[in-house]
Amino acid sequence: MPRIKLRDLCGTRSGDKGDTVNIALFAYDPAAYEAIKHEVTAARVAAHFGGLIGGPVQRYEAPNVLALNFVARNALGGGGPRSLRSDNLGKTLGGALLRMEIDVPGPVADQAPRRRPDLSLYGSD
Amino acid sequence: MTVRLAGGQGFYGDSVTAVTGLLEAGVDYLCLEALAELTLAILQKDRLRDPGAGFTRDLPFYLQLAMPYVAAGRTKVITNAGGINPAAAGQEAAKVAARLGLSGLRIATVTGDDLIPRLRTVSALPGALANAETGEPWQDFPGPVLFANAYLGAGPIVAALADGADIVITGRVADPSLFLAPLSYEFGWAPGDWDLLAAGTVIGHLCECSGQVAGGNFSGDWWTIEQPWNLAYPIAECEADGTAVITKPPGSGGRVDFDTVRHQLLYEVHDPTGYITPDVVADFTTVRLDDLGGDRVRVSGVRGREATGTYKALACYPAGWSGEARVAFGWPDALAKARATEAILRKRTEMAGIAVDEWLAEYWGVNALLGAAAPAMPQAATDDLPEVLVRMVWRCADAQTAGRVGRELVPLALSAPPWGMTGAGRGMTGRPSQLLGLWPALVPKELVNEQVRHDITDLPEISDSTAV
Repeated sequence: MPRIKLRDLCGTRSGDKGDTVNIALFAYDPAAYEAIKHEVTAARVAAHFGGLIGGPVQRYEAPNVLALNFVARNALGGGGPRSLRSDNLGKTLGGALLRMEIDVPGPVADQAPRRRPDLSLYGSD
Repeated sequence: MTVRLAGGQGFYGDSVTAVTGLLEAGVDYLCLEALAELTLAILQKDRLRDPGAGFTRDLPFYLQLAMPYVAAGRTKVITNAGGINPAAAGQEAAKVAARLGLSGLRIATVTGDDLIPRLRTVSALPGALANAETGEPWQDFPGPVLFANAYLGAGPIVAALADGADIVITGRVADPSLFLAPLSYEFGWAPGDWDLLAAGTVIGHLCECSGQVAGGNFSGDWWTIEQPWNLAYPIAECEADGTAVITKPPGSGGRVDFDTVRHQLLYEVHDPTGYITPDVVADFTTVRLDDLGGDRVRVSGVRGREATGTYKALACYPAGWSGEARVAFGWPDALAKARATEAILRKRTEMAGIAVDEWLAEYWGVNALLGAAAPAMPQAATDDLPEVLVRMVWRCADAQTAGRVGRELVPLALSAPPWGMTGAGRGMTGRPSQLLGLWPALVPKELVNEQVRHDITDLPEISDSTAV
């Protein structure tokens, strides 16, 4: 099975509530959703973040939008206005999760959109 | 009948420039969400300095743009910008109307979310106000209460609209309730209509963060979003059966499609099968999103269930003071020099006998955002980094102590590891700032409802009124 970064299979958005962060992954198609549902467990996400997250990680499924939602406690250094961290709201944690590599069926890897920025709309080459 | 709602503000400090486009596109209600979790702490400090303050200071700018449309009967405004002092915000709204020469407007202010007057009564109930994250009882609340507010629901806003209010200004209200309220009022939705209330909650949730549903903070092919400097804020075209189309004003930048909308659907959501608001428990996994093309996404199918018996409350306490310093080092051995500097500052602080309760060092370009979770870099790569910025941040009991730590850094300008340390921008150290702890809790609704009310102010008639 090919290994592929989550970056090439899904989008993400993360946000805070107190000292809890939620990280949603949005698969680009149903086959990619099945692949991340199989591979990206709560335990793997907890291991991926290691000591950055102090509490348990819980996973929820939202198949209607091909999404997994991870909720991690004690994750923001005490919560937005209390945390010493630059990323006190966990805004970058979704992107950090996209670095995770998972094994996927060949067709899923072949169909992965592998999007990369092109700033031509921003007036630069 | 279609009711058009606009999400004109997503936080205190948001841009007002999208509002005119929304108003010109034609919306029945302009909903302005101004209160993030910590915003009430900022507003509480304002009110301590000035009893007439405590609402968001950008409210007058929004009202100045919207009021001519309100006076012309083209829209109504609903906002939680009243913050810690909705009554004062209502008076400010009257002043804006007077400046614009507008008359005949009816302004409602909703109060009762402030729990401080009732803390003794509420906390006497076993388990009430226990910390919902940690389980600690209220008796262990660490320090003075800077604010304690319940998140109210749509009810008092619906009541104000039924009394003919043109502008409704509240304090803490659950964000989606600002949007559900006008739908409940217009369509006659009531407690018991759980699917409809859940549908209105989803519509509100999608629109409450302004540009975030229209291509802002979007992780997909974000670089293809048109005119991101002119990003659209959303409009929801809502029907009595609970369905809606999320769209944006013509000519605006941004994008509304399946991908941008689903990104917002799960933003700051925990269990998507049970999104709890004061009004309903909505099942976000029942939401059906149909991309109609042309920046239109249809929302349907939403199911909900009976609301809980409690409001969420959020209390806040002072949690010490932080200071920080940022210095940069260049090649060679930039990371090693930065690490040495951090160690020197810590040692000097210890030698000076300054009490530091918590330290954090972030190495920008290496591990600043992720700390322990940053991917390991090979030794050869870290040895060869062209530059490293270290941000050192510390927590102390008071502002004076936090400031003393920063002063221990200054002599290092001539005594640090070689090739000198460089301030990152103007000034290596910032002024100490107060840290705040949040205490989420639940409180029985009936104890809060006793004090919830809305007050109506009718602005006097002025002849020669101007309207759009």
